[in-house]
Amino acid sequence: MPDSLSTPAHKPLSNEIMIQMEGVHKWYGAFHVLKNINLTVQKGERIVICGPSGSGKSTTIRCINRLEEYQSGRIVVSGQELSNDVKQIEQIRREVGMVFQHFNLFPHLTVLENCALAPIWVRKLPRKQAEAMAMQYLERVKIPEQARKYPGQLSGGQQQRVAIARSLCMNPKIMLFDEPTSALDPEMIKEVLDTMVTLAEDGMTMICVTHEMGFAKTVAHRVIFMDSGEIIEEKPPEQFFTNPESERTKLFLSQILHH
Amino acid sequence: MAEAHIPHPDLPPPVSTIGVIGWLRRNLFSSPLNIVLTILAVYLLYTALPPLLRWVLWNAHWSGDNRADCPADGGACWVFIRVHFEQFMYGFYPDDQRWRVKTALVVLILSAAPLFIRSVPGKIKMRLGLSLLAIYPVIAFVLFKGGLLGLATVETSKWGGLLLTLVIAGVGMTAALPLGVLLALGRRSQMPAIQTLCVTFIEFWRGVPLITVLFMSSVMLPLFMPAGVSFDKLLRALIGITLFQAAYMAEVVRGGLQAIPKGQIEAAAALGLGYWKTMGLIVLPQALKLVIPGIVNTFIALFKDTSLVLIIGLFDLMNIVHNATTNPDWLGFSTEGYVFTAAVYWLFCFSMSRYSHSLEKRLHTGHKR
Ligand SMILES: Nc1ncnc2c1ncn2[C@@H]1O[C@H](COP(=O)(O)OP(=O)(O)OP(=O)(O)O)[C@@H](O)[C@H]1O
Ligand SMILES: [Mg+2]
Repeated sequence: MPDSLSTPAHKPLSNEIMIQMEGVHKWYGAFHVLKNINLTVQKGERIVICGPSGSGKSTTIRCINRLEEYQSGRIVVSGQELSNDVKQIEQIRREVGMVFQHFNLFPHLTVLENCALAPIWVRKLPRKQAEAMAMQYLERVKIPEQARKYPGQLSGGQQQRVAIARSLCMNPKIMLFDEPTSALDPEMIKEVLDTMVTLAEDGMTMICVTHEMGFAKTVAHRVIFMDSGEIIEEKPPEQFFTNPESERTKLFLSQILHH
Repeated sequence: MAEAHIPHPDLPPPVSTIGVIGWLRRNLFSSPLNIVLTILAVYLLYTALPPLLRWVLWNAHWSGDNRADCPADGGACWVFIRVHFEQFMYGFYPDDQRWRVKTALVVLILSAAPLFIRSVPGKIKMRLGLSLLAIYPVIAFVLFKGGLLGLATVETSKWGGLLLTLVIAGVGMTAALPLGVLLALGRRSQMPAIQTLCVTFIEFWRGVPLITVLFMSSVMLPLFMPAGVSFDKLLRALIGITLFQAAYMAEVVRGGLQAIPKGQIEAAAALGLGYWKTMGLIVLPQALKLVIPGIVNTFIALFKDTSLVLIIGLFDLMNIVHNATTNPDWLGFSTEGYVFTAAVYWLFCFSMSRYSHSLEKRLHTGHKR
């Protein structure tokens, strides 16, 4: 299935830095979840993060839009350093879209309302304009005909595409994906990955936690391997898959690729 | 080559499972225990219903205007209710001013009617409902109390009967729900000071009987007030009942808040929605919908609890009926009085219950599968 994904052209990246994480540490109580995370992401760059369960992948990307606090280090997103200021956090979250494993659509709102909500209430767009834009993005993820339905009436793959459209409606500069396909049946995974590939083709800056190695090979500029809260390895996909350095990476790859 | 599959034609279901016989069989005679229970129930109805009907209807007295028209022959004396009906509705509200109450009622019915019409879109209902909540109390208050626009002042001590019951219940409900929502949000707040405040408030009011609250509000509160300052008795009762019921409401709403998955809040946050927008647009609409049964339950309890204001000498429906039964001219008709009161309370409570049912159905968008 991954082979059927088209490959977005790897255009040369601009030198603008979108995300910079420097020496980020995080603890849950006494438990050290993130250990000295350093990561720089350039504009238009696509990063795939993989690693065993509980290694801190979700926590890492959730720090970027401040869904999680961290205790030391600094994170700069699109030129603004994260702080404890609520207004500033909300400001940054407008620029950073996030797609969750379990979609987290709002079940009491129609698909269209889900998409138009944030543009109306956060960006303060007039309702008409917000809905027109929502329709445009629903067309892009290829489900405009579902606009008047409620999320509960859609398949998992459709729901996840709505979730992507909902994020895109805020015109984010960065998109974060936390295992967007792992709650989906196999036949729905492709439709979601295809949507993500089109996003990549348009030059969106993306960080994607996923175990879809086909996606990583064709789309990512860099693959990051995490284990027990640390970044173990960080390489372009060709090298990552053919020539990993660390034993842990090799073990992980052998487990994930051979079954 | 395999042949195309041709489905069998649909057969009608067996006769014994459909129609009246099927229904009886399934619901009343499905097992030996059910057969016994059915027979028992029929027997009970057979023994209890005829005397009841005889008292309420067949032997009852309807016409006349004094107790001589109600000979003691095993029938209810509805004359007692008829004669006192106006009083039961308005209490001591002056006769020549009662048109004001009627006007308020007509205004309410006309303006609220669209809320109950199925074809009116939800958004319009929502807007209408909210503006009614904001404007109607003012209109009603001006009409009832007067002293404005050339209307004669009618002191709240003159308000009574069903009017007073509805005023207390209406104010109690419209004030207790929003207050309860705020308390519930506060109780789940990240800020320890607010949380402690809300927990203390809720636990205090839930821990005391309403009757004590009312009693204290009318007897104790004036002791703490500077001399000469007097607080309207009805207002004190309203505040007491509202705070009391808000505490209950808060716990009902909290139950709903807890049922909303964390992912909903995270998704809202990730879109850049702030706390109040997240709560108002995402969490509360879902949480309140979930706890409609609990909210209506609290409303019904509140409605019936209004009858406790008799302890502080307000003449609500219950008290005014009680008052009439002690009238020397009409002694001995308390059964009729209380049956009438019960029927009125039941009518209102049952309507609320039905409305909440239809609301739940209409708001259902979960489509769980
Ligand atoms: N709220 C929390 N309190 C305490 N520990 C937590 C909390 N959330 C996560 N953890 C722990 O932090 C570690 C990292 O969690 P995280 O969700 O980032 O892992 P992950 O790499 O995304 O795993 P998965 O592939 O299973 O999603 C795990 O060991 C988890 O048990
Ligand atoms: Mg995870």
